[in-house]
Amino acid sequence: MEPLIRPLLGGLMIGFAAALFWILNGRVAGVSGILDKLTWDRPEGRGWRASFVGGLLVGGLLLRLFDPAFLEGHLQKTIWVVALAGLLVGVGTAMARGCTSGHGICGVGRLSKRSLVATMVFIAAGVLTVALISRVGVL
Amino acid sequence: MRLALSAFLVGLIFALGLGVSGMTDPRKVIGFLDVFGAWDPSLLMVMIGALAVYVPVYHFTRAWRTPVLESQWHKPEATGITRGLVVGSLLFGIGWGLAGYCPGPAVVSLMKFTGQPLAFVLAMLLGFFVARRLPWS
Repeated sequence: MEPLIRPLLGGLMIGFAAALFWILNGRVAGVSGILDKLTWDRPEGRGWRASFVGGLLVGGLLLRLFDPAFLEGHLQKTIWVVALAGLLVGVGTAMARGCTSGHGICGVGRLSKRSLVATMVFIAAGVLTVALISRVGVL
Repeated sequence: MRLALSAFLVGLIFALGLGVSGMTDPRKVIGFLDVFGAWDPSLLMVMIGALAVYVPVYHFTRAWRTPVLESQWHKPEATGITRGLVVGSLLFGIGWGLAGYCPGPAVVSLMKFTGQPLAFVLAMLLGFFVARRLPWS
């Protein structure tokens, strides 16, 4: 049971945060959309988006203070593979208008058909990618 | 001001949840996606936990005319299964399986102060820009 407690507790916290955002601001807590608009859109709406990202970063610092192990894991990959992954995630989530948070939690939580499809597609694509990499042994 | 304050608080709790859940460890994410190998399904609990809170709250507040701090709801307007939705999610999933990061955990992981999360986030921001230039997104 122990290995399941942390993911469950973390999930409850994520759900609580997303629910709070919906109740208070009436918005979907979608990280990719917030980052995209904060970086490339006109200034309006930048204040709360910057605050949200600031909260993520301060939260990261707090995690480090509680227990450095929260922020230690990393993969043995070259920086170029990781950058390629980032590029794909950026293009993909912008095209799909959402990522794990906006589609996977908020959208699925609303029983949005779009988000259900998006979530099934990105999980399936992730599973196939990991399977392919471990079989072929590249990247 | 109140909108920014609540957004900050939400971002903060969100980040703590991502850290506690293990989503900020790309090795755990790859383990979750490795269904045909050494599968570690424990991250499924993240989605179950998050939905267990979000679903009842969302449906309970459907009767409300407005959110607490805003004069209207900002529910996503897009409907329909478009090519952009499917192709985009496919590309996102490939990137997710490649590096073990999705956008939220990648930003929180900037606080690891290592090269990988920084490279990932900068490339992702570039990717957002590239997508704006694509005719079909």
